[in-house]
Amino acid sequence: MAWSDAFLKALKDNDVRLVAYVPDNVLTPLIAGVTSDNYFMPVCATREDEAIGLVAGAWMGGMKGIVMMQTSGFALIANALASLTVPSQIPTIMVISERGTMGEFNIGQQLVARTMRPVLDALGIAHHTLTEESTMPFIVDRSIKQAVTTQAPVAFILSPLLTGGNPAGHAKLKS
Amino acid sequence: MSQHPKIMNRADLTKRLVAKLKRDEAVVAGIGNANFDLYAAGHRPQNFYMLGSMGLACPIAMGVALAQPERGVIALEGDGSILMSLGCLSTIANVGPRNLTVVIWDNGIYQITGKQRTATGGVTDIVAVARGAGLTNSHWVQDEARFEKMFDRLLDEGGPVLLAVKIDDKPGVGQTPRDPALIRNRFMKGLGTSRGGELDA
Repeated sequence: MAWSDAFLKALKDNDVRLVAYVPDNVLTPLIAGVTSDNYFMPVCATREDEAIGLVAGAWMGGMKGIVMMQTSGFALIANALASLTVPSQIPTIMVISERGTMGEFNIGQQLVARTMRPVLDALGIAHHTLTEESTMPFIVDRSIKQAVTTQAPVAFILSPLLTGGNPAGHAKLKS
Repeated sequence: MSQHPKIMNRADLTKRLVAKLKRDEAVVAGIGNANFDLYAAGHRPQNFYMLGSMGLACPIAMGVALAQPERGVIALEGDGSILMSLGCLSTIANVGPRNLTVVIWDNGIYQITGKQRTATGGVTDIVAVARGAGLTNSHWVQDEARFEKMFDRLLDEGGPVLLAVKIDDKPGVGQTPRDPALIRNRFMKGLGTSRGGELDA
C-alpha cells in the first residue's frame, strides 16, 4: 500500500472526514485520494489559518477533520493555534509536508522550515515526523486517538524519507 | 453602494438578530466588539465567542455549517477582521453551504485599537468584494426594519448569504468571560456535541 493510501486509511479508521487543505506537490496523492472518495469532505482553503478555523468549527459541530499543508503554510498558523485551538482544547489534526530539508533548493523554504518544530514545541503541540511506511499507520492511528481523547492538537510531519520529497526539487538540484 | 445605507448600531442590531433565532441557530462572533455585543444581547448555548484568531469567524462558522447541515449558522464579523481574511469569502462561495449566513459590521475603523481607519472606511466596498468572490447573494442593509425582514427571509430560504451593515463607532457594550475552554465546551453542549453531559447534570 502506498504511504498516501495507508495515511488515508488511518483517517477513515478514526472518522476523520473533513479535509481542509492548501495544495502542495507532496500532498498531491492525499488530495487526489480525498477528492475521489465520497467518504471525505475536501475543502480547498485559501490560507492555512482559514483551514484551521474550518476544522475547529467542524470539530465543535461534531465532525472530525484534518488540515493538510506545506511547511511554509504552517508558518502562517501560529496565532490560530495559540489563540484558538490550543486554549480552547480543540484537537486539531495536522499533516505537514516537510520542505526545507534533504535536498531543498529554495532558501526561503530552508529558513521557514527551521521555525516549524520550535513553534510546535513552544505551543506544547505533539508532533511526529513520519519517515517510514512500516511504522506510519501505527503512529498516525494512535496519535489521532490520543489527540481526540486528550483534546490536544497533533501534527504529522511528512519527511522526504517517506514521500521522496518535492519532485520539482530533484530536477532543480541536478542543474 | 447604489444607495447610502443608514448608519446603525451594532448592539441594537445584534439584539434584533438574536430575537429572530427560534431554531437554536449557531452564532459565531468574531474577536472584539462583535462577540461583546452578542454576549450582551443575552447568552445563548449556541453562541461561540472568539477571544483570538482574528479573521476566523467565517471559517469557524463554515466548519460548524458543514458538520451540522440542518442547523442555521451565522457568522458575525467586523470589517477589520474580514479584511484580514477575504479569501474565506471565495471558499464559502465555492463550497456554498446553504445554512450559512455572514453578517459584516462595517464601521470603517479598527474601533477597539483606537479608531484607526480600515480600507472599508476608504474606497473598499465589502459587498462588492463578496460578490466578486462569488457570493452573489450579498447585500447592503438599508435600515433596521429591512435588516429584520432580510433576516427572516434568509432563515427560510437559505444561503450562503452575506449582509453588510454600516454601523456607528460605538464600542461593544458587554465583556465576554475570558475562558476559551469553557466557551468551547458550552458551545458544544449547545450544539449537542459535548461529551461531558453527565457532569453537567
